[in-house]
Amino acid sequence: MSKVYVPRDSAARSVGADEVAEALAKLGHEVIRNGSRGLFFLEPLVEVETGEGRIAYGPVTAGDVASLPLSTAGAHKLRLGKIEDHPYLKNQERLTFARCGITDPVSVSDYARHGGFEGLNKALGLAGAAIVAEVTESGLRGRGGAGFPTGIKWKTVHDAPAGQKYVCCNADEGDSGTFADRMVMEGDPLMLIEGMAIAALAVGATKGYVYIRSEYPDAIATMKEAIASAAAAKWLGDNIQGTDKSFHLEVRRGAGAYICGEETAMLESLEGKRGTVRPKPPIPALEGLFGKPTVINNVLSFAAVPYILSHGGAAYKNYGLGRSRGTLPFQLAGNIRQGGLVEKAFGVTLRELVEGFGGGTFSGRAIRAIQVGGPLGAYLPASQMDMALDYETFAAAGAMVGHGGIVVFDETVDMAAQARFAMEFCAIESCGKCTPCRIGSTRGVEVIDKIVAGEDRDANLDLLSDLCQTMTDGSLCAMGGLTPMPVMSAIKHFPEDFDKPAQIAAE
Amino acid sequence: MSGKTTLLDLSPREATAAREIALRYGNRPDALLEILHDLQEHLGFIPEAALPALAKSLNLSRAEVHGVVTFYHDYRREPAGRHIIKVCRAEACQSMGANELVSMIERFLKVKLGQTTADGAITLEAAYCLGNCALSPAVMVDGKLVGRVDAQKFETIVAECRS
Ligand SMILES: Cc1cc2nc3c(=O)[nH]c(=O)nc-3n(C[C@H](O)[C@H](O)[C@H](O)COP(=O)(O)O)c2cc1C
Ligand code: SF4
Ligand code: FES
Repeated sequence: MSKVYVPRDSAARSVGADEVAEALAKLGHEVIRNGSRGLFFLEPLVEVETGEGRIAYGPVTAGDVASLPLSTAGAHKLRLGKIEDHPYLKNQERLTFARCGITDPVSVSDYARHGGFEGLNKALGLAGAAIVAEVTESGLRGRGGAGFPTGIKWKTVHDAPAGQKYVCCNADEGDSGTFADRMVMEGDPLMLIEGMAIAALAVGATKGYVYIRSEYPDAIATMKEAIASAAAAKWLGDNIQGTDKSFHLEVRRGAGAYICGEETAMLESLEGKRGTVRPKPPIPALEGLFGKPTVINNVLSFAAVPYILSHGGAAYKNYGLGRSRGTLPFQLAGNIRQGGLVEKAFGVTLRELVEGFGGGTFSGRAIRAIQVGGPLGAYLPASQMDMALDYETFAAAGAMVGHGGIVVFDETVDMAAQARFAMEFCAIESCGKCTPCRIGSTRGVEVIDKIVAGEDRDANLDLLSDLCQTMTDGSLCAMGGLTPMPVMSAIKHFPEDFDKPAQIAAE
Repeated sequence: MSGKTTLLDLSPREATAAREIALRYGNRPDALLEILHDLQEHLGFIPEAALPALAKSLNLSRAEVHGVVTFYHDYRREPAGRHIIKVCRAEACQSMGANELVSMIERFLKVKLGQTTADGAITLEAAYCLGNCALSPAVMVDGKLVGRVDAQKFETIVAECRS
């Protein structure tokens, strides 16, 4: 019987991976539940181990299982060949996702066999300041959206007076079109643990939390399992690997509030309170969780750190464009033929991702709009697909890279409806602290409805633009502050959708 | 609100559950979200009658606990159906017809988002991204993700929920 791999990733499970794994086990195969390779259009992806590497079949249904020639890894209509040679994988630059899909996510020995804990091992022999210097050297910027230099943040916490400090991972991943954090937590959670432990050593923290959104039950379960494995193997807890260093890590569930992805709202939530945004200053690096100096980073920021420590900051910095160094795990989503995770160095163009990797739309119709960077990101027209993805290029174009989510819409999209949804989402998810966000978003929905209905169109477009300006200027955080980005970009690039004949009310 | 004390007296089960779960978390107020999640898993919703006991255990005011329960979308104040189906309404799913899917589901189940079917089998809820945006549109059935949902898949899900 053969050794086969079937992902335990929730997206793979969402299209039948459990049933496939069960059918394979029934036939007597040794089934290992790995993470996903991120080629979701091929899930459930079954890989069989052979002398020449892992041969893949996909997408496989439970009904296909009996016909798979696994013992010979032979021909079959679903045979994809050696998975590493698949162009979708081969043309990526996987630094962070190097191991995801290869290993058993919660096996410490598997992790260590594939280069795991090399970074932490190195960090255990370094002074905190030296770890911070390595991360600064790498040029790593926060992957949660704002792109703040990670090394500078860590230095602030490092330099804060000694005492209780915390390391918190922002795993709220609320942006539509993103799933890279989820993939890490379900597919290579030990990498996140390693990254957080390195951060703890760097700044002198002994306690950490991973704040995971409740919409991710699988990630929560896998993360807890991985923390238990790591602790059992002495990579977490007191006296890590027999040293005098200690780090304790706990998972906390969110409760369905997008705003808790904003770092200070997340802190409130971690303290058991309503997730309202705190004014800054004080910055969390100095007065964070329970008022103590706190490192807060996104999952992908922490996940980049083991590579930076094991290969050196300079190696990471070698990738990228301008001031955007390293790689970003882009997520191809929405109406796309080959959706999935594509890790590339900054500088790749939208066209290379959406057409090259993604293969165009799922529907087969023309691409009309692409929303990059989540619900607060701009809608771009297909004509801007040659733009390079890096923080500065996007900012200059009135857009943002954010967490690297890329959502494709075909020509049937109604951009006035998308603009309306951006306002509606803000109204639903506003923490309520400031008026422009709380009230402005509801007003925004009403004004867009009037525009669509053809009521005083020009006046209402002006009003909408003023309203957006007020939200941008008068909001405490980027929820209210950036909601105008999808709205105004939709108006700018797709004005015709706001100028259609008035729609019949009960269409 | 004057009925609270009476409810508390009449509902020792809720109060006991709240106290027990809080104790599991060492009565730590910062664990309030976790405690509420566990309580909801145990009772199906967060009954008003559990709040005074919870507040007392955690040394918080009732208003503080109430404020947290009402702030977060996850916590239900009323019993739900036997199964919870969350339908993603966010952008990536919209690009694959989520709005039409929601309308179809609402017609099929004869309820709106946020409501429970007459037979008590299903509570329908909105979600804003389930992390399955490469396999949109997506729904989640009792914590299990389902991708590439269409009318036929949905009818199968409902049949399983009702069986
Ligand atoms: C409304 C809002 C939602 C956010 N959601 C997230 C999120 O889900 N995950 C995340 O890592 N950062 C999110 N952020 C950014 C965080 O506030 C913060 O910048 C980030 O966690 C810092 O980590 P980084 O430097 O590693 O990116 C959000 C910000 C805002 C304003
Ligand atoms: S902008 Fe909105 S979400 Fe942000 S603090 Fe103000 S009210 Fe809260
Ligand atoms: S937008 Fe629906 S799963 Fe992400």
